[in-house]
Amino acid sequence: MWVMNAAATSLPPLSSVPDALGHFGPYGGTFVPETLIAALQQLDAEYTKAKNDPTFQEQFEYYLREFVGRPSRLYHARRLSEKWGGAKVYLKREDLNHTGAHKINNCIGQALLTQRMGKKRIIAETGAGQHGVATATVGALFDLQTDVYMGAEDVRRQSLNVFRMKLMGASVREVHSGLKTLKDALNEAMRDWMGSVDSTHYIIGSVAGPHPFPMMVRDFQSCIGREARQQCIEKEGRLPDAIIACVGGGSNAAGIFYPFIDDREVKMIGVEAGGRGSALGQHAATLCAGKPGVLHGSLSYVLQDEDGQTADVHSVSAGLDYPGVGPEHSFWKDSGRVEYCCITDQEALDAFEEVARLEGILPALESAHAFAQAAKVATKMTKEQILMINCSGRGDKDCQEVARLINR
Amino acid sequence: MFAQLRSKKQIAFMPFVPAGYPDLETTGKLLPALESAGASIIEVGIPFSDPIADGPVIQEAFTRALEKKLKLAEVFATVKKVRSSVSIPLVAMVSVSVAFRYGIERFAATLKESGFDGLILPDLPPPEAASISAHIRAAGLDTILLVAPTTSKDRRAEIARLSSGFIYYLSVAGITGERNQLPVELADGVKSMKSLTDRPVCVGFGVSTPQHLKQLAGVADGAIVGSAVVRRMKEKAHDGADAIVAAVSTYCRDLLSLVR
Ligand SMILES: Cc1ncc(COP(=O)(O)O)c(C=O)c1O
Repeated sequence: MWVMNAAATSLPPLSSVPDALGHFGPYGGTFVPETLIAALQQLDAEYTKAKNDPTFQEQFEYYLREFVGRPSRLYHARRLSEKWGGAKVYLKREDLNHTGAHKINNCIGQALLTQRMGKKRIIAETGAGQHGVATATVGALFDLQTDVYMGAEDVRRQSLNVFRMKLMGASVREVHSGLKTLKDALNEAMRDWMGSVDSTHYIIGSVAGPHPFPMMVRDFQSCIGREARQQCIEKEGRLPDAIIACVGGGSNAAGIFYPFIDDREVKMIGVEAGGRGSALGQHAATLCAGKPGVLHGSLSYVLQDEDGQTADVHSVSAGLDYPGVGPEHSFWKDSGRVEYCCITDQEALDAFEEVARLEGILPALESAHAFAQAAKVATKMTKEQILMINCSGRGDKDCQEVARLINR
Repeated sequence: MFAQLRSKKQIAFMPFVPAGYPDLETTGKLLPALESAGASIIEVGIPFSDPIADGPVIQEAFTRALEKKLKLAEVFATVKKVRSSVSIPLVAMVSVSVAFRYGIERFAATLKESGFDGLILPDLPPPEAASISAHIRAAGLDTILLVAPTTSKDRRAEIARLSSGFIYYLSVAGITGERNQLPVELADGVKSMKSLTDRPVCVGFGVSTPQHLKQLAGVADGAIVGSAVVRRMKEKAHDGADAIVAAVSTYCRDLLSLVR
């Protein structure tokens, strides 16, 4: 196993984080009002117990297999490989999961924990609506009252998902503060939780928020990387040369990266939303353009002004339209283990169309960011090399918005 | 801060005002006026874009202030300018997000220099609070931490150990906002907190009527009143600083009518 050169950096070894208090090197931790601490400690204790409980693991795997349909395929994208003219391209097909994205993996895990804690109500924030749909789904599956907070702007651009949530019995609470997107939905969900904490579990949808969420969500999503690792070895007899995933809060990326984190030969690239320009307010490229700060319960890179006010962000993709990022990504960035870059709205839209035409797959606009970067990287690789893309979700939810944007 | 009030057997009254709402002129005029209206300590809320502990009233005040591009430097300058006309302690309440970005040590030093006496970071619980509160204390400011009804006994003791000035006891699990009634179990909660510490224990969140203050007198050392003050400010937000000051002063005197 690769061991980090301690002389080169003072960061702890990559696979040994977080510590018991949720610190990923200097990042992470718990920065929330005292009101939430009891619930976070209960969650941490319950998760620690569950992690070591074979019954819980069996249940989790049962639902992933029988309900979600895992393992998801590792698919050789022949025409994209030819078009890009370099690496052999594989897609990890999280879009084929039940509900259409990776978000369901985490929701199954957290819903099972909710049951173990004896709580009867779940709440969630959602941007693209995929996490909201996944939460509504487990709400129906496990008979939990479900309220999903969603920014009014996202309710507009992801209306299909709003309808899906309602069909499954969730109430969708429209949020009108701020820019009416993901960050504002998260604020409202936190406020709800402040007052409902003894009866309600808050299913955070990404590797963000206070400890234990970043660690726990990463662990639940790590089924992606564990499968991909084994599938790649089965198909190719070796590990991939590079893995690319989009990064909003960072859960699909953490899920596919983490099981490879000690495989130094595997290059990893996280793709953020470059929006429509590099000025603050025009993008959501937190790791590329932000600085360390505190937002939504943890210390991580964040897009803020010099007074610490959270910056406005923009992305064509609702799921990436967030001024923060999970603390482990900040740790990976500083350690140099993962490289982070960004893709503009236009590049993502172009990739969306290209993948649809060449592969017969409509990726989510979030995932389209990963495809756009993959096109740039694949070209510079050789035919013997393997490039893996996390296709984190399907694009049905985006069709209306894409139609509006490309004027067809 | 509390010795005098304790000797008079009076509950401290601590109104909260959002800095820069609806403008800095109002903030500058309110601070001395609140003292005249009976405030024992004033909490100056520094606006933050994402206050997760705040209900709609305070959120809206923060949003309005930030829409006008309020800068931290202006808040510091305003307090510094009026500090000599206010003799009671001033405590800043601000998200750790803002303080962290400014640099905790620099932030604490600047607060002190502007005339503040203490700092409340509502989203900084232990263990994260341990190292940060050391920096705040080193700057000569009191560190005021929160205790919630759900806080375990061990944590209460730890919070008491890390605090100075007073302890901010949350009346309810929830966000800021006026409530008709204080929870029945509040008195027991405060009593148990006081058994763990000699520091004054002040109750906030939901406190808004003269009856609430009367109920708290003899139980807690202080009462913190936020949303109810801000709502009065909002009602006069378009009538100028003097109208706001008058409305808030009247409200404060009314609030104290059963305890002074
Ligand atoms: C399909 C898809 N991919 C990616 C994301 C971004 O989230 P994360 O970075 O946590 O994977 C979302 C979020 O809504 C999504 O729906």
